[in-house]
Amino acid sequence: MNGPFEFTVSLGDDALVAAQRLAEWTSRAPEMEEDVALANIALDQLGAARLLLTYAGELEGAGRDEDALAYLRDDREFRNCLLVELPNGDFAVTMAKLFFLAAYQLPLYTALAGCADERLAAIGAKARKESAYHLDHAALWVRRLGDGTEESHRRMQAAVDGTWPYVHELFAADPAAPVDPATLRGDFDTTVTTVLAEATLTRPETGWTPAGGRDGVHTEHLSYLLAEMQVLHRAHPGARW
Amino acid sequence: MYGNDFAPADASDGDLLGQVEAAEAALRAAADRGRGGTAAPDADPEAYFADVIDADQKIEPRDWMPEAYRRTLIRQIAQHAHSEIIGMQPEGNWISRAPSLKRKAILLAKVQDEAGHGLYLYAAAETLGVSRDELVDLLISGRQKYSSIFNYPTLTWADVGAIGWLVDGAAIVNQVPLCRCSYGPYARAMIRVCKEESFHQRQGYEILHTLAHGTPAQRAMAQDAVDRWWYPSLAMFGPPDGDSTHSAQSMAWKIKRFSNDELRQRFVDMCVQQAEALNLALPDPGLRWNPERQAYDFTQPDYDELMRVISGDGPCNRQRMEHRRRAHAEGAWVREAAAAYAAKRAGRKEKVAA
Repeated sequence: MNGPFEFTVSLGDDALVAAQRLAEWTSRAPEMEEDVALANIALDQLGAARLLLTYAGELEGAGRDEDALAYLRDDREFRNCLLVELPNGDFAVTMAKLFFLAAYQLPLYTALAGCADERLAAIGAKARKESAYHLDHAALWVRRLGDGTEESHRRMQAAVDGTWPYVHELFAADPAAPVDPATLRGDFDTTVTTVLAEATLTRPETGWTPAGGRDGVHTEHLSYLLAEMQVLHRAHPGARW
Repeated sequence: MYGNDFAPADASDGDLLGQVEAAEAALRAAADRGRGGTAAPDADPEAYFADVIDADQKIEPRDWMPEAYRRTLIRQIAQHAHSEIIGMQPEGNWISRAPSLKRKAILLAKVQDEAGHGLYLYAAAETLGVSRDELVDLLISGRQKYSSIFNYPTLTWADVGAIGWLVDGAAIVNQVPLCRCSYGPYARAMIRVCKEESFHQRQGYEILHTLAHGTPAQRAMAQDAVDRWWYPSLAMFGPPDGDSTHSAQSMAWKIKRFSNDELRQRFVDMCVQQAEALNLALPDPGLRWNPERQAYDFTQPDYDELMRVISGDGPCNRQRMEHRRRAHAEGAWVREAAAAYAAKRAGRKEKVAA
C-alpha cells in the first residue's frame, strides 16, 4: 500500500465492507434497540465510505466516482482489511469484529483529523466522533457478553479467539501513508486490553497473522459479498438510480 | 362532524405533511384550552370520559377509560407496532443490493426509522398497561396480526420505490387522521411517525420517477412494481365499510375518524395525479374521473384475497413469521446475557453502598 489514492481507497473499502456486513443484521438483531443501533452504525460506516471513495476517485483522476469504485471493481481490486469481510457469525462474532474495527478506526481517524491533507483531515474529524460511539457500543456488548452468562462468556471468548488473528494486518507499517498504521497499535492495545479484562476475557496469543487485504488478496468470502452488492448495478450498465 | 377538523381541500392534493402539522397545532391548542369537562373526574368517571371525547380533548394514561376502549387501543397500537417491525423485512431485503451508495444509505436510514417507529408504538401501547414482551409474544405466536401488505414479496429494486410511494402513501392517509385520535399517547406517536413516513413516501416517489425516466428496462421494472403493489395497497384500508367490524365503536370513541372506504377514496384520488406525473399507469381499466362525485371511480380490490392474506395464506406470511421467530429465538442468549450482566452490576453497586 502506498500513495494517497491507495491509502484512501483502503480506508473507504474497510468502511464500505463493514457497512455491508452490519446491514445484513437488519431485522435480525437480538432486540429491537439493537436493530436500530446496528443500522445506525452501518449508516455511519457507509457515510464514511462514500466520503473516502469520492475523494479517492478525485485523487486518482480517472473519472471514477463512489459508485464506480464500489460497484465496478472486482475483489482483486478491493483494498479492505480481511477483518471486515469475515461473515457475521453469531452476535458475539459481530461484536468482536466491530470492537476491533472501532478500536482501530478511532485512533486512525483522530490522527487523520490532524494530517496535512485538508480533505482527509475533514473526513477524519467527522468520522472519529462516530467511531467513538461505535467503540462505546461494541465495548459495552463485549463486557455484557463476556461477563454475562456462562453461555455468552463461552461465545464471546470464541469470537475474540476467532477474529483476533485478523487484527494484525491493520497495523502493517506504511511510513509513506498520511497516517502510518503502525503508529496506532499502542492505542489499540490499550483499549483492547482494558475492555477484555473488564469482560473477564483472555487476550489471545497467536502466531498466525493472516493478511493480504491491502494487496487485494482476500478471503474466499469477499467475492460473494461483492456479487450480491454489485449484481443490480452491473445488470444495468450506465443507468442512473 | 368528523370532517370538521380535516380540511377537505387538502385531502386530494397529497399535502400530507401539512395535515400532520395542522394536527400537531390542534393538539397543542387542545392542551392550552385545558380540559373543562363538566363532570369531576373522580365523581363520575364515565361522564368525565364522555366529556373529554366530546370536547376533542385527549384521554391520557392516568384517566379512567372503558375497558373496551383500552382493549381496542392495545390491539390497534400493537398491530401497528408489529407492522413496523415486520415491515422491515421486505425492504431490508434490498439493502445489500441497492444499486447506488446513496440509495443504499437512504434505504438503510428508512428501515432504521421503521424499527424506531416500532419502539415508539410499543411504548405508547405500554401506557395502557401491557408490556412489550407480552405483545411480542402475541405477534410471534400469531395471536396478533400485522399489516397484510408485508406478506407480499419485493422482487425487484423498483418494489422499494413502489413501497415508498404506495404503501407508505396509504399508511400516511390512514395515519394522518390518527394524529387527532382521542388517546393522547397514540396521537403524539402518530404525529412523529407521519412526519417521517411522509419523507419516506417522497423518497419512494423519487425512486420510481428516476426509474420511469431511465432506460427502457428500468421503466419496465417501475411499471411492473406499480402493477403488483397497487391492489395490495388499496386493500391496506381494510374491508369495505359494510364488513368492517370495529368501525362504528372506534369512530364514536374518536379513535378512528374516517371510514375505510373514505380513506381508500382519498388515497386513490391522491395517487392518480401522482401517477400521471410519474408517467406510470395504474393497473385499473375502470379508473376514471366522476364529475358528479368529484372523485375517481375505481375497481375495488379483491377482498377475498385480502382475507386469505390476513388469515395467513399470502405469499410471504410463513416466511415473515419464521424470520421474526428465528431472530427472537437466536437472540435469546444475548438478552439473557444483558440481563445477567445488569443484575451483577446492580449487585456490586449494592455491596459498595453497604
